[in-house]
Amino acid sequence: MSLEARVRARAGSLALDADVRAAAGETVVLVGPNGAGKTTLLRVLAGLLPLSEGRVTLDGEVLEDPAARRRLPPERRSIGFVFQDYVLFPHLSVLDNVAFGLRARGCSKDQARAEAQEWLERMGIASYASERPRVLSGGQAQKVALARALATRPRLLFLDEPLAALDAGARAEVRRELKASLGRFDGVRLVVTHDPVEAMALADRVLVLEDGKVAQEGTPSELSAHPRSSYIAEFVGLNLWRGRGLGDRVRLDSGGEMLVSHAPMGEVYAALHPRAVSLYRRPAEGSPRNVWSGRIAGLEGEGGRVRVRVEGSIPVVAEVTPAAVAELSLIEGEEIWVSIKATEVSVYPA
Amino acid sequence: MAPARRSLGRDAAALLGLAVALSACGGEGGGGGGQSEASRATVFAASSLTQAFEAMAEELEEDSPGTSIRFNFGSSSDLATQLEQGARADVYASADEANMIRVMDADLVEGEPSVFVKNKLEIIVTAGNPEGIRSLEDLENSELVLSLCNEECPAGKYAAEALDKAGVNVEPDSLETEVKAVVTRLQVGEADAGIVYASDVASAEGEVEGVPIPAADNVIATYPIAQLTDAESAAGEFVDFALSKRGRAILEEHGFLVP
Amino acid sequence: MRRPPRALVLLAALAASFFAVPLAALAWRAPWASLPEVLTTEVVGSALRISLVSSLAASALSAFLGLPLAWVLARVPFPGRSVLRALVTLPLVLPPVVGGVALLLALGRLGLVGRALESFFGVTLFGTLPGVIVAETFVAMPFLVLTVEGALKGLDPRYEDAAATLGASRGLVFWKITLPLAAPSVAAGAVLAWARALGEFGATITFAGNLPGETQTMPIAVYTALLRDVDAAIVLSLVLVAVSLLVLVTLRERWTPQA
Repeated sequence: MSLEARVRARAGSLALDADVRAAAGETVVLVGPNGAGKTTLLRVLAGLLPLSEGRVTLDGEVLEDPAARRRLPPERRSIGFVFQDYVLFPHLSVLDNVAFGLRARGCSKDQARAEAQEWLERMGIASYASERPRVLSGGQAQKVALARALATRPRLLFLDEPLAALDAGARAEVRRELKASLGRFDGVRLVVTHDPVEAMALADRVLVLEDGKVAQEGTPSELSAHPRSSYIAEFVGLNLWRGRGLGDRVRLDSGGEMLVSHAPMGEVYAALHPRAVSLYRRPAEGSPRNVWSGRIAGLEGEGGRVRVRVEGSIPVVAEVTPAAVAELSLIEGEEIWVSIKATEVSVYPA
Repeated sequence: MAPARRSLGRDAAALLGLAVALSACGGEGGGGGGQSEASRATVFAASSLTQAFEAMAEELEEDSPGTSIRFNFGSSSDLATQLEQGARADVYASADEANMIRVMDADLVEGEPSVFVKNKLEIIVTAGNPEGIRSLEDLENSELVLSLCNEECPAGKYAAEALDKAGVNVEPDSLETEVKAVVTRLQVGEADAGIVYASDVASAEGEVEGVPIPAADNVIATYPIAQLTDAESAAGEFVDFALSKRGRAILEEHGFLVP
Repeated sequence: MRRPPRALVLLAALAASFFAVPLAALAWRAPWASLPEVLTTEVVGSALRISLVSSLAASALSAFLGLPLAWVLARVPFPGRSVLRALVTLPLVLPPVVGGVALLLALGRLGLVGRALESFFGVTLFGTLPGVIVAETFVAMPFLVLTVEGALKGLDPRYEDAAATLGASRGLVFWKITLPLAAPSVAAGAVLAWARALGEFGATITFAGNLPGETQTMPIAVYTALLRDVDAAIVLSLVLVAVSLLVLVTLRERWTPQA
């Protein structure tokens, strides 16, 4: 079973133009900056927004094809949609929320409620069955939303920012549970998120949307190794430069040259993990081939790591320990020397 | 949101109950103890006939249990308009012939109308006549707050006629929609003088008194009464009563001129 | 909490007395001794009954017709939608008596539609309770339509999206999701409409007429009584004030409409 979609659609000022393929049992994660069209794409695939051009098929069955004047409304597609903020019906109890889909498809009230009760038990929140959604915590609401979507045994499961409404503390735990739940679902799964950690944790494949188009597609490790846009690079936490490969060096588009171990000829990307960037008070004499001076533009602490942004002939982000910051007395505005080993820089065709 | 909805239901039910209770209060005059021949007539009558007709109805209802009369008093011209618009009534009594003719022209009158009573005009002033008004000429005093009926209603037309005859020019401070309203203005002290029917002065309680208008200047108002088409049986009874000796006696008591 | 500026306090006191003094005057001038007698007259009873029945019916009719209209205005884009919305808002701005005249020209006996009503169905609205209900609905329904439209617009459309993805047909979405979530605003709109209908005067007296026992609502009864019997007018006014206060106290702040 698989979903195949060629999507061209308009929503306000956004023009969506993306091809999506997802097979059953595979979790495809859509990432991208705000306004890139991730939620819009999900809504189009669900039938909540129309295609202007293209086609959506599930298992060979055409769900939508404007050219053939065929459009299945959302209620006739087999979709489980978990919305951002969950959108649980406030006037129904938790049990009735989960039972809604079954009732809508013709189940008797008793039967629907019985099945809904089973789902709640499976999720471990059966004690909240008769409560209203507003008393639930974020994590509990997410479970109810998932149960509600899964209760109708859909062939497609869409999740829009499933963890965004949770506070940082709850997120890790819920993410683990979500991954387990997703694993148990054997249909097609599409997840939208803006959080890199979430994407890397849940994805079998990642689709990066920028400005309505697919900027890159691949497994999490492929993306981490070879990002193809500054958004993705930042997403996966790498330094990324663009330039012309000249064999042993790269002439950067932003100016300057970087010595590398191997650069294919032509347009290339050069990527480097901030960890591999070294900072010095004085120009060091040593093996690193790339040494230049710059000015510290900002410092951001992240756990036991500090990311130091350096402006200069070649802008770069370095990752050092707090101890190093103290020792070198790294302060915004100060001059600093940067050094990078040519062998650490990963260069690949653009 | 849900609790608001639940108590909404309670509140709505309470208000509904209140509405039903309130609508049951107040006398439902006449409806209840109907005998076999219960008949109820709606009488549209000039407002100057208010007290006299109410007294008549009381006597008639006593005489004839099962007969009940419901009134709509107002300016004869307003009533004629309402009848033209389609209001349903059984009897029409007007303070002038012109309005009766309007109703006849609308094909609403059964048979022919009969003149059953007459009236004449009188100046009405506050009790004790503090302004010392003696005649129509005294009304020219611009310091007086003068209230008249507007020219639509018969009393207004008659008053204009009388003033014309006396060669008096006045500027009324207030034009009322019916003659009883002029009486009310005097009663609450909002006007110093007005021109109404003699019967109005006779029926008014307290606070007012009348100054007669000499016959040369006065105007006689003729009141026709008629049964309307498709009327209830009680209608005929009422018209007959109005034309009867007892009816005329009641009218005379209330200050009207019986022919 | 700093002491407020004196000028502000003085103006506020003036504003408060603007409301308090007239109401106090009503209570002060009331003929408390004859109150029970006046309260049980047929005039008061039938006026109260007519007012309550017609205003409740107008409110219900406003909800029945207004909800679909509000839904169309809120959710269905079509050319001329803003014109329709302006039309619906018009009775809010129009003087009620103008509304009455317009209704007369449309639904009166000689009116655009009224003509057909009379010839084919023998139905006239003037002088009847249905006529009162029509006039009151005309002025009251816009309150409900605008309240409900606002609420529907503020309703997160994703609730309906979620219901659709779960398999609910469009009808089911409306009955099970949209309507229950909009219900509080429908109720609030109905209360507003009811209050407006209860106080309605100009359109009612113009379109339905002033017939005691048929179309004489409480506000019209007060107006009429003022012409003839100020005491009765005061008593009727007090009853209306009491009823209104009762409603306000019962509902308290729950019903300040949430946009």
